[in-house]
Amino acid sequence: MVLFKSLEVFGKYCALVWSSIGVPDKWKEFFKRYINEMYKLGIDSIPLILIVSIFIGSLCTILIKINMSNPLLPRYTVGLSTREIILLEFSSTILCLILSGKIGSNIASEIGTMRVTEQIDALDIMGVNSANYLIMPKMLGMITIMPFLVIICMGTSLFGGYIICVLTGIETPDTFIYGIQSYFIEWYVWFALIKSLFFAFIISSISSFYGYTVTGGSVEVGKASTNAVVMSNIMILVADVILTKLMLQ
Amino acid sequence: MIEVKHIDKFFDGGERQVLHNISAKFYDGKTNLIIGQSGSGKTVLMKSIVGLFKPENGEILYDGRNIIAMDNKQIKELRKEIGMLFQGSALFDSETVMGNVIFPLKMFSTMSHEEQRERAQFCIDRVNLTGSEDKYPSELSGGMQKRAAIARAIALNPKYLFCDEPNSGLDPKTSIVIDDLLSDITHEYNITTIINTHDMNSVMGIGENIVFINKGHVGWIGNKDEIYAVDNEDLINFVYATDLFADVRKYRLEHGYSKTRGR
Repeated sequence: MVLFKSLEVFGKYCALVWSSIGVPDKWKEFFKRYINEMYKLGIDSIPLILIVSIFIGSLCTILIKINMSNPLLPRYTVGLSTREIILLEFSSTILCLILSGKIGSNIASEIGTMRVTEQIDALDIMGVNSANYLIMPKMLGMITIMPFLVIICMGTSLFGGYIICVLTGIETPDTFIYGIQSYFIEWYVWFALIKSLFFAFIISSISSFYGYTVTGGSVEVGKASTNAVVMSNIMILVADVILTKLMLQ
Repeated sequence: MIEVKHIDKFFDGGERQVLHNISAKFYDGKTNLIIGQSGSGKTVLMKSIVGLFKPENGEILYDGRNIIAMDNKQIKELRKEIGMLFQGSALFDSETVMGNVIFPLKMFSTMSHEEQRERAQFCIDRVNLTGSEDKYPSELSGGMQKRAAIARAIALNPKYLFCDEPNSGLDPKTSIVIDDLLSDITHEYNITTIINTHDMNSVMGIGENIVFINKGHVGWIGNKDEIYAVDNEDLINFVYATDLFADVRKYRLEHGYSKTRGR
């Protein structure tokens, strides 16, 4: 029964994503919304990303230093390990898990409120493809802006590690910088950027689905918002495992 | 003209029938009212007519074009001829009054930006909202929201106008303003207007063609001049539902009237 229900929900999700993909009714209106969504979902998230990244970068550096007490390990290992953690997981997966809380709930509650106040019905009655009009700019906006957010996250996190070295002296800044530059594998950056595209699609499409299909009132919109975040997080982790296996092995 | 022929609508996988063999005509240039108690099926009927629900049987003809037999592309084209006023106004929160009214023009007209603004301003003026162009829906009263929604609904010069409970949540005086506005617009632009209501003030004020829905069946068809003279028990109970008219209701049910044109 649960399996049947899950398949039904998945089918509805696919149908909604499919109906949202298509030629917009009015390109000018689409581009306006597309730019607006990039700003609202992406640029507005930068302060959060900066705060989270700088602290996580600092924490990674401190924790790695504490756990690398073996004198046989070179000192630049702190910088190197911090970089690898940030490039491989934090800047893409953990960042997207955090952003799904902010962006996912925003999308689900916005579209859900439009649904329960009949604004989506109004669009449909006018002859507008409401799924295409509302969801596609969000999905494309997120997919476009997410790699830039990941790059900002990478830079800020490493800067956070550097700052903690300068402020606390747990490692010399020069050694930390040397570690960051050692054994650099460019593919890891591409790997993070490619993963972020999938995660951006997951966050925007799943949150839109939960908002678009809500029925009832404000309580249901709240539930849909929570479900959107939970399901986005689960799917991000599932996709992370699959993509890591496919792209790094 | 919109003609509904032998409509049946089921829910819950066919177990619950909400509309039973509904047939009615809604005329051009007239305010056509669908009336009935809550749960009688009038909203389902209206949503079926506009294509939000697909009836299992019957035909819904928009000047001879059957919406039930149309594909999505044809329905989309037809909807450009439809304006709809929702119960809760359904104005876009993120847009001003001007933004809301100009929206359908932006999406579907080939007008220049200046022409769109001119047309939107005309519609805003027509519903007496001049001066509120830059206000957001949250800054408007219930009546003003309804008027803004009417302005949006008529922006594209619709042939068909649907209004779902236009007076819900409004005081009696504002309700009359909205009713008069809908009636004026209907006559001025020769629109086929269908209003879903259970407000007896609206029925007696603008009911040029009234379809009474009772438990999913057509209970009576007539107009505001005929409604007081019917001998339909369900309709009498509906018309004189309030305690204020309890004596009249009792008298009418006991003595009845001769049959009228209404069916």
